[in-house]
Amino acid sequence: MERELKYIDMVEQPISMHPKKFALWLFMVTVVMIFAGLTSAYIVRQSEGNWLDYDLPNIFWLTTAIAVASSLTLHWAYYSAKKDNFVNLRVGMILTVLLGVAFLVGQWYSWVAMVDRQVFFVGNPSGSFLYVFTGLHAAHLISGVIFLIIVLISTFRLKVHSRAMVTMEMATTYWHFLGGLWIYLFMFLLLNH
Amino acid sequence: MATASAAHHDTAHDHHDHEHHDNFITKYIFSQDHKMIGKQFLVTGIFWALIGGFLSVLFRLQLGFPDLSLEFLRPLLGGWIDEAGKLDPTFYLALVTMHGTIMVFFVLTAGLSGTFSNFLIPLQIGARDMASGFMNMLSYWFFFISGVIMFISLFIKTGPAGGGWVIYPPLSALEQAIPGSGLGMTLWLVAMVFFIASSLMGGINYITTIINLRTKGMSFSRLPLTIWAFFLTAVIGLLSFPVLFGAALLLVFDRSFGTSFYLSDIYVAGEALPNTGGSPVLFQHLFWFLGHPEVYIVLLPALGITSEVIATNSRKPIFGYKAMIISMLGITILSFIVWAHHMFVSGMNPFLGSIFMFLTLIIAVPSAVKVFNYLTTLWRGNLVFTPAMLFSIGLVSFFISGGLTGIFLGNSAIDIQLHDTYFVVAHFHLVMGSASFFGMVAGVYHWFPKMFGRMMDAKLGYVHFWLTFTGVYLVFFPMHYIGIAGFPRRYYSWTNFSFTDLYTDLNMFVSAAAIITFAAQFIFLFNFFYSMFRGRKATLNPWRSNTLEWTTPLEPGHGNWPGEIPAVYRWPYDYSKPGAAEDFIPQTVPLSQTPESNLPHEQEMVKLELEIMKEEAEVLVANESKH
Repeated sequence: MERELKYIDMVEQPISMHPKKFALWLFMVTVVMIFAGLTSAYIVRQSEGNWLDYDLPNIFWLTTAIAVASSLTLHWAYYSAKKDNFVNLRVGMILTVLLGVAFLVGQWYSWVAMVDRQVFFVGNPSGSFLYVFTGLHAAHLISGVIFLIIVLISTFRLKVHSRAMVTMEMATTYWHFLGGLWIYLFMFLLLNH
Repeated sequence: MATASAAHHDTAHDHHDHEHHDNFITKYIFSQDHKMIGKQFLVTGIFWALIGGFLSVLFRLQLGFPDLSLEFLRPLLGGWIDEAGKLDPTFYLALVTMHGTIMVFFVLTAGLSGTFSNFLIPLQIGARDMASGFMNMLSYWFFFISGVIMFISLFIKTGPAGGGWVIYPPLSALEQAIPGSGLGMTLWLVAMVFFIASSLMGGINYITTIINLRTKGMSFSRLPLTIWAFFLTAVIGLLSFPVLFGAALLLVFDRSFGTSFYLSDIYVAGEALPNTGGSPVLFQHLFWFLGHPEVYIVLLPALGITSEVIATNSRKPIFGYKAMIISMLGITILSFIVWAHHMFVSGMNPFLGSIFMFLTLIIAVPSAVKVFNYLTTLWRGNLVFTPAMLFSIGLVSFFISGGLTGIFLGNSAIDIQLHDTYFVVAHFHLVMGSASFFGMVAGVYHWFPKMFGRMMDAKLGYVHFWLTFTGVYLVFFPMHYIGIAGFPRRYYSWTNFSFTDLYTDLNMFVSAAAIITFAAQFIFLFNFFYSMFRGRKATLNPWRSNTLEWTTPLEPGHGNWPGEIPAVYRWPYDYSKPGAAEDFIPQTVPLSQTPESNLPHEQEMVKLELEIMKEEAEVLVANESKH
C-alpha cells in the first residue's frame, strides 16, 4: 500500500505545489468561510439593536503578542530546518508549542475576565459571539498544537531536514494562518463593539 | 526531468510485477480505491433514495386520500397511526422534513457528487487515484456515520426532526415547539455535522486531484465538461458548507446551552422564555447562504453528466464548450449572491429584495445558455437513444419547464402570492429534484459498464425512463395549479378550507401518479443489481466515447491503467469530425495520426507534438536499456 501511495505521489504534477499542501490551503479556505459567516452574522445581528456593550478583556493584547511571538519562533525553526540546524529546529519547535499552550491559557483567562464583567456565554448575543469566536478559534488552535507536536516528534526522529520539508512547511503555514486568523478576530472585535 | 521520468517508469514496473491482493475488508469496506468508494456512495445513495421516496409516498397518501384508513401501515409505523387509522400530524411534519433532508443531502449531494466525482475524476483526468485515498475513505465513512445517525432518528419515540429541512428556529430550537424538535432535532444536527465534514473532505480531495494530478496534455481547456462541473461543485461546497456549520453550531448553542442567537421574546403557554436579543432572520440568512448554493451543488454534476452523455450520443461535439464552462462559472459565482430570494416574505427591507430579485433573474442567462447548447448539440446529430441519452434529454426538459417557473418565483412581488405554496414545490422538484435525479440515473446507465464491466438492460431502461418521465410530469405539473390556487406546503390537511374541495381529485391524481412513479423505480433497482452479476459483458468502449476512462481495462484495477498513464492530445469532443475514418477520435490519439481530419490550426500543432513525443520516446528507450 505504501508503495502504491508513493507511486501516486510521483505522477507528474502540472503545478508545483504538493497535493497535501494544496489540500491544507483548501482546508484553510473552509475555516475562513466559517469565521466569515460568523463575523457577518455578528454584524447583521449588531445592526438590529438591543446590543450589549462591554469592554474587551485586556489580556487579548497579551495573547495577540504571544501569537505573534509563536509565529516568529516557528519561522526561526523553519529556517533552521532548511539549514539542517537540528538543535535550533528543536528549540524553536518546543518554544512554539509552549507559546501555543500559553496562548490557549491566555484565552481561557479572557473568558474569566468576561465572567468578571458579568458577560456570560448565555445572555445577550453580543457576549455569546465573543465566546463562540474565541472558543472556535481555540479549537482550531488545539489542532494546530497537535500538528506542531507531531512535527516536533518527527524532528527528534530526524525526519525533518532540508530535503524533507513538506510537513514542516505545512505546519508553518497552518500556524501562521491561525495566528493571522486570531489577529483578524481581535481587530474585528476592536472595531465592531 | 529525465531522471524523474525514469524513476516513475521503474515504480510503474514494480507495481505490476506483483499482483496486489486485497482482502475482503480492504477491498469492499475500508477501501481507499476511488472506484470502490464511488460505488459505495452510489449504493448508499440508492438506499437513501428508496427511503426518501417511500416517505414521500406516505405523506402523499395523506394528502391525496385524506379519508383513507391507514390501518394497514400500523405494522410498520406503529404508534404513528392513531386509533382512527389516521397518520399522526406531527409525524407528517417529520416525514416532510426527512424526505427533504434525505433527498437533498444524502441522495442528490452525497449520492450524486460522491458517486460520480469519486468514480470519474481520476478516470477522466488520467490519475492513478485521488490525491488522498485515506481522506477519501474517511469522507465515505463520515457520510455513513451521518446516515446511521439520521436513520436511528427515524425510529426514536419522539420522532425525527419535524421543522422542515430548513430547520428554521424558533421551531427547531425549542423542544416545547413540536415533538420532533427534541431528540430528533439533536440527532439531525449531529448527523449534519458528520455530513458537512464528509462533504468538505470529499470536496478538498476533488479540487486537489483535478488541479494537481491531471495527466500529460490534460489542460483545463481539454477537460471533459463533467470534470468542470464536479470541480465547480466542489468549490461551491467548500465555500458554503462551512457557513452551514457555523449556523448549525449557533443553533446547537441555542438549543442545548441556552444562548439567544436566534431566540427572542418568546412565550410558551403564557410563560416568557429567558432568551432575549436573538434574531430568527439571522438564521435564515446563514442557512440560505448554504441553502442556495446547495441547489447548484445538486444540479451542476447532473448538468456535467448530461453534457457528456448528450455529446457522445449525438455523435457531435458539444456546442459551445467554452460557453458551457463560462456559464457554469457564472452560475457558481451568482449562486452565492442570491440567497435572500428565499426570504422575500421574511420582513426584510423591500429594497434589498429588489436587489436580490435582480441578481436572481440574472441566473436565467447562464442557465439559458446551457439549455441552448444542449439543444444545439442535439440538433441534427446522429442521435443514439441509449437509456442514458433519454434521461439526459429528460433532464433538459425538466430544466426548461422548472426553470421557467423560477423566473416567476424570483420576482419578489409575485413571490408574495406564491411563497410556500405548492407552486414552489412544483418548481424545485422539477428543476432541482427531478433534473438532478435524471442526471444521476443517466450517469448510472452511462458508466455502469465502466463500474461493473457489464451492460444494463436497455429495454428495461426504456420502460424505466418513460414511466419515470411521464410520472414526474404527472406528479409535479398539477402542483403548479394547486399552488396558484393557494395551497400552502407542509400542511397536514386542508379540509377546513372549502375552496380546496375543488382540488380533491387533483390531489388524488398526484398521489396516484407519485405511487406509480415510485413503483417504477424498482424496475431500475432490479436492472441495476441483476446486471451487476448477470448483465451482458460490456465491450471496452460501448458508447464509442472519447474520454480517458474508456481506455482502461474492462475492470480497472488499483491504479487504473496498467503501465503508463496515457497522454492526452486533443479535447474530448472530437465526434463526427469531417474527414475522420470513425465518428469519434479518443483523446489519446495524437494529432499527427489524424492528418486527414486536422483543422488548419491543429496541423500547426502537429510539429510541436511530434517533438514532445520524440523526447519521450528517448526517455523510454533509455529506461528499457537499463533493464
